[in-house]
Amino acid sequence: MNWKRAGIAAACVVPVILVFGYGLTKDPKEIPSPLPGHEASPFALEVFAPGQPPLNRAPGDTVRLADLKGQVVVLNFWASWCLSCRDEHQILSETARSYAGKPVHFLGVLYDDEADNGTKWIAQMGGQSYPSVMDPGALTAINYGLYGVPETYFLDTNGRIAYKATGPVNERLIRHFVDSLMAAGAK
Amino acid sequence: MLARDAILVSMAVVLFGIVAVPVAVRKGRRDWMQLAYAAVYTNFLLVSVAALAMVYGLVTHDFSISYVAQVGSRETPLFYTVISLWGALEGSILFWAWVLSMYAAAVVWINSRRAGNLVPYASATLLFISFFFAILLVGPANPFGSVFPVPQDGPGPNPLLQNHILMAVHPPLLYLGYVGMSVPFAFAVGAMLSGEVEGDDWTKITRRWTLSAWALLSAAIIAGMWWSYDVLGWGGYWAWDPVENASFIPWLTATAFLHSVMVQERRAMLRLWNLNLIVGTFLLTILGTFLTRSGIVSSVHSFTTGTIGYYFLGFIAIVMVASLVLVAGNSERLRSTGRFDSIASRETVFLLNNLFLTAFMFTVLTGTLFPLVEEAVNGAKVSVGEPFFNRMSLPIVVTLLFLMGVGPALPWKAASSSEIKSKLLPPAGGAVVMLVVALVAGARNAYALLAFAFAGYAAFANLREYWIGMRARHTAHGEGWGTALVRLIGGNRHRYGGYTAHLGIILVAFGVAASSTFRSEHEATIKPGETISLAGQTLRLKEMWGREEPQRSVVGATLEVMNGTTVGGTMEPRMNFYPMSQSPVPTPAVRSGFFGDLYVNLQAFRQDGSNATIRVIYEPLVPWIWTGGGVVVLGALIAIFPVGVGGARRREA
Repeated sequence: MNWKRAGIAAACVVPVILVFGYGLTKDPKEIPSPLPGHEASPFALEVFAPGQPPLNRAPGDTVRLADLKGQVVVLNFWASWCLSCRDEHQILSETARSYAGKPVHFLGVLYDDEADNGTKWIAQMGGQSYPSVMDPGALTAINYGLYGVPETYFLDTNGRIAYKATGPVNERLIRHFVDSLMAAGAK
Repeated sequence: MLARDAILVSMAVVLFGIVAVPVAVRKGRRDWMQLAYAAVYTNFLLVSVAALAMVYGLVTHDFSISYVAQVGSRETPLFYTVISLWGALEGSILFWAWVLSMYAAAVVWINSRRAGNLVPYASATLLFISFFFAILLVGPANPFGSVFPVPQDGPGPNPLLQNHILMAVHPPLLYLGYVGMSVPFAFAVGAMLSGEVEGDDWTKITRRWTLSAWALLSAAIIAGMWWSYDVLGWGGYWAWDPVENASFIPWLTATAFLHSVMVQERRAMLRLWNLNLIVGTFLLTILGTFLTRSGIVSSVHSFTTGTIGYYFLGFIAIVMVASLVLVAGNSERLRSTGRFDSIASRETVFLLNNLFLTAFMFTVLTGTLFPLVEEAVNGAKVSVGEPFFNRMSLPIVVTLLFLMGVGPALPWKAASSSEIKSKLLPPAGGAVVMLVVALVAGARNAYALLAFAFAGYAAFANLREYWIGMRARHTAHGEGWGTALVRLIGGNRHRYGGYTAHLGIILVAFGVAASSTFRSEHEATIKPGETISLAGQTLRLKEMWGREEPQRSVVGATLEVMNGTTVGGTMEPRMNFYPMSQSPVPTPAVRSGFFGDLYVNLQAFRQDGSNATIRVIYEPLVPWIWTGGGVVVLGALIAIFPVGVGGARRREA
């Protein structure tokens, strides 16, 4: 055995293993959104599903982002054809209701779908506590860089995007962002 | 539970076997050696019990077993239930361990009477690899967990995996090929441990093993391409996905090895190089598994996983350090005894072939791992896609095609200038013909033209070798052409098996070159009765239909292929909806002809059946790729087939 050569060969393995080890700590599917920290794109969208009191808005009303300044905004993009939207529906609806009276506004945005289908879906799912709006031509979805549904955007009280959640959300995540953004806004 | 106990017991048996070998060698105890061999057989038995118990659990829908609860479903057809043994992480590891234990048992069964310490050390190496997989099976990839309360039904296998018959073929072929590479590796390690590394015995003993593993891996890659083409609905067959690359990279080094080992056997050169190639091939198969199974890269193949990546990382580290230390430590003893006589010789071409295959391997490996390195060094997310791989690999592929024509024509040692002329000039005719054909067909890209020309050259050169041999037999023995061909191949199966494999690769090259140069497609939304046309073919949408099957619902479009005004056949692209899947799984319809496929995919449809969006792709020469894969395997079979049949007949003649 030539131990000197053997040692050199063994040393070559170290960087390879280190790179792999580092790679294992990262999720390759997680591509960070460039949006957080940036001002959210303004929108003015028409309500098609009113939601339930006390969070309701009359159908046909226009919801403007500009009017929501000073409140935390939770923007949830969904569609009636989206299966994982079913998983998060009840959580979103109930969590939103629990925040009634607080400076936070939940809004559903129907993506690539028709109002009728959306209304039917909401009825099927047992109602939605907050209102949902139409997004004609998916322009808002494009402005927000939507990758798929469901996606949920958390906007701070100054109208900046604080966080984007891809896929179904859970209650802990919603509460974490809503509470911390409300606290930051109250300062 | 019995199954898990079997794995636990097998670990003890394997560990005993690993220890028994060095003891037997040191003390010269044959009886301990026999015990080590018995451990190999027992391991095979125990893992078989576990694997068959799992199959039984799947078939009887025993949802108290975690793996069955994960991939089983009462609605899934029996066939797909059985093959879901390798449909998810835990099962595939179990299957892997099973194949490995079977190989180890076969290796021992065939070679146990050989004197010397090569076979014992090779067995110990195989047992060591088995031990690692057993650890996975009791640890992070335990398929035998118990579920309580026992569910009534399960979600069924991943829809993509139960949608096509090739799922029964591609994964096992890949495992058989991948795991097969452990055998030459084990013998290489055995040769180094036993001090037999200066002899060429380890390459001779493993020749058939390496060839079979290579053939299985080739077939697996082609089957994977075919599956992707037939199921995913995008009309392509290769996307340089990290895991496709992971199967391709060891194939490249294994191919290089098959060539360079001939130089070792003939000319006693390249010993160290060959050892490196085979160790590298095995490491690359483990790396490939690591990439697939750890979720470290984003890919269609990756399973979501927990801690298994770290186990693999540890294993890779151990195997890399151990094998590199062995190779480097032994490197001084691996001097070549032969030397090159001339530039114009077959061994030079083999050397160039190795150079380019290795360069190809490094290119693909770099592209695959670059995102990982970049993120580790700069923290940036990058992806390396098709443009990189295509641009980098085209010059290499074109050169390899050319070499494939030159190599068979040149003799060993040294060719005279008249030999060079008479051997290398005529195939240029093949190159010219293919060049003209490609130009007439409309190809203008330089690499496409070179690919056609060199593939033509190589095809001519390889076919000419058959022709020369057959003509010689025909004139010398007065044999008929058919008999001459059979006896020619039988007389030198290594050589003609190789040429046959070359012809297969050339077919694949033609298919790839043509389909990437002349592909055309058209997409339109049409109503029933309306037509869509492409490449001189017209399809008329007859009707849309829907059907409920136990495990899925199917929506399809019936399209009539029009020959003028008469109907020449129908095509039925479909979408399959599985309850557990968010998006439908497309099933394109493919109509194959000699010159190419008409590939029709149903993109979207109105629920009332009033229209459908149909995508039609004309895919020139794609069937040649699958045929070529078959020819490659045929070539390998010719070379593997035991001496006797053909040889005996030759002696009679």
